[in-house]
Amino acid sequence: MVDSEMKSNSKWVQFLKGDLWYDFTRSPVAIVSFLTMAVCLFLAAAAQWVAPFDIFDLATLELMDADLPPPWADEYGEDKFFLGTDDQGRDIWSGILYGAQISVFVGLASVIISAVVGVSLGLLAGYAGGRIDSFIMRVADIQLSFPAILIALLIDGVMRGLLPRELHDELAIYVLIFAISISGWVQYARTIRGSVMVEKHKEYVQAGLVIGLPSRIIAVKHILPNVLNPLFVIGTIHLATAIITEATLSFLGVGMSPTTPSLGTLIRIGNEYLLSGEWWITLFPGLALVVLVLSVNIFGDWLRDALNPKLR
Amino acid sequence: MFSFLIKRLLQSFMVLLSVAFIAFALFKFVGDPINNMVGQDTTLVEREALAERLGLNDPFPIQFFNFIKGAAVGDFGLSYRHKVPVSQLIAERAPATLELSIISALLSVFIGIPMGVYTAIRRKGFLSRSFMTVSLVGISLPTFLIGILFIFLFGVILRWLPTFGRGEVVQIGFWSTGLLTWSGIKSLILPAVTLALFQMTLIMRLVRTEMLEVLTTDYIKFARARGLKENAVNFGHALKNTLIPVITIIGLQLGLVMAFAIITETVFQWPGMGMLFIQAIEEVDVPVMAAYLMMISVVFVAINLAVDILYAFVDPRLTIDGGSKHG
Repeated sequence: MVDSEMKSNSKWVQFLKGDLWYDFTRSPVAIVSFLTMAVCLFLAAAAQWVAPFDIFDLATLELMDADLPPPWADEYGEDKFFLGTDDQGRDIWSGILYGAQISVFVGLASVIISAVVGVSLGLLAGYAGGRIDSFIMRVADIQLSFPAILIALLIDGVMRGLLPRELHDELAIYVLIFAISISGWVQYARTIRGSVMVEKHKEYVQAGLVIGLPSRIIAVKHILPNVLNPLFVIGTIHLATAIITEATLSFLGVGMSPTTPSLGTLIRIGNEYLLSGEWWITLFPGLALVVLVLSVNIFGDWLRDALNPKLR
Repeated sequence: MFSFLIKRLLQSFMVLLSVAFIAFALFKFVGDPINNMVGQDTTLVEREALAERLGLNDPFPIQFFNFIKGAAVGDFGLSYRHKVPVSQLIAERAPATLELSIISALLSVFIGIPMGVYTAIRRKGFLSRSFMTVSLVGISLPTFLIGILFIFLFGVILRWLPTFGRGEVVQIGFWSTGLLTWSGIKSLILPAVTLALFQMTLIMRLVRTEMLEVLTTDYIKFARARGLKENAVNFGHALKNTLIPVITIIGLQLGLVMAFAIITETVFQWPGMGMLFIQAIEEVDVPVMAAYLMMISVVFVAINLAVDILYAFVDPRLTIDGGSKHG
């Protein structure tokens, strides 16, 4: 116990003394984007406690409150709804918080599943080589020739087709996660495969083979920890893509349903009122999406450059 | 070379076959085709006869074979919802999507390439920097949000341009075009620009990177040393060599344009194939979904095949190690 604490402590100290932290403290772009991202993620995670209204509690909704503009932009607004309300009298700000929670959850879950699938297949392809390798990589090539958003849309469409109609809304979130994660594994697999092919000729692997370790153990326990470094960068950038994909599918009406809206669904709902001048219903969730995605994207870009030894 | 061609063709064929299998599985497992074709008062005997006539009682491989036979000539049966042949639906919607995609592809090429060249030649200029910043935002913003912002700005606040539909269309034979009427052209502007924006930023950044690389090579320095005019060096020598990879990428991007057309069409209520597909998903209209799935795969496989073969001709090294351009 004490030993592991010491270990993690020294790792922390190592990190603070390392190049990455040094670069971070001297890059305003990194600090601002990281803080923005952290605030967004925190607000999304804590939506239940931060949001002034519970948008799922139908009892609190009043039709009298429907379509109220933000109070600072129009005299008809009410102070307690500082970003206005939607057509059902739901507070926009609370809607954004709950919506961001669903968006971030779908994004994170898809990234994790993509990474697990991609890393496993990449490790298998790189270590096993031969037929298995060429089969997995051929599938990856084929998938890469279609844009990810189209793959996600097609999987989503096919899954929705295969499910009974009554279950669509209930299972929408899992269908989304499945579709987005399947559309994203290739990047991970290719990166990991490349590193594994380099690692497997190194001496420690030879040593493992000599003392008779099964290849399964060598691959998972010895090679895998040495190739995981790029994962952070790919994952961060993929998170932004996954959130955008989710928002796009929901916007197209094949993602989250209006009863459990994500940011994309909120934008879709608001879009119908845009032409009649009720801009706040769609523009604020849109703005929230932009801030979230941009901060993740910019931070991911910085991380990639900071960890790239060629740019040092 | 020959074995590479055969391998590549075989691979494309396998891809199409597996997509066809998925499309076929949709038919088999989603909904009951009989229920979708007849009314409630049809007797069991009549239903059985219909199933026999449609070949639904045939063994699985034969059904799959018949499906492929139909798909090969574009026959996917009747749409469950519209009750007309899917091929007819798609033929009606295709001109709208094609006009939108082609116009935006042209826009992105003819604006993207000059912008890329400019930012490469005047790297430090104010205009270059603003192009680069704007392009970063353009890449990060989801297409549908850009569309909504355009609608808000030009449709709601300024009221300059129509924000939905195709406007008036003129029927020329089987082709309905919006390019011949003023309202049709006005309706096309916002969706086309929205669709073009992403490609444009991509092409611009690509041209810039390639151009910067070419500008540092020896033959450019030598051309300068010979005292050639700046324009002759930039456009006659540098740009020419930049364009080879750019053209390939533009080819591959055509597929992306089609994918993003689905989004743009939904935002602007553009009556094209993308919207047809989205509606089909919402209503579980299997024949339309299957047809669109097949169609888009054929397009993608054809584009990739063409690009790979082109590459193999340009760079013979690629065919030696089994023909994978990713090595």
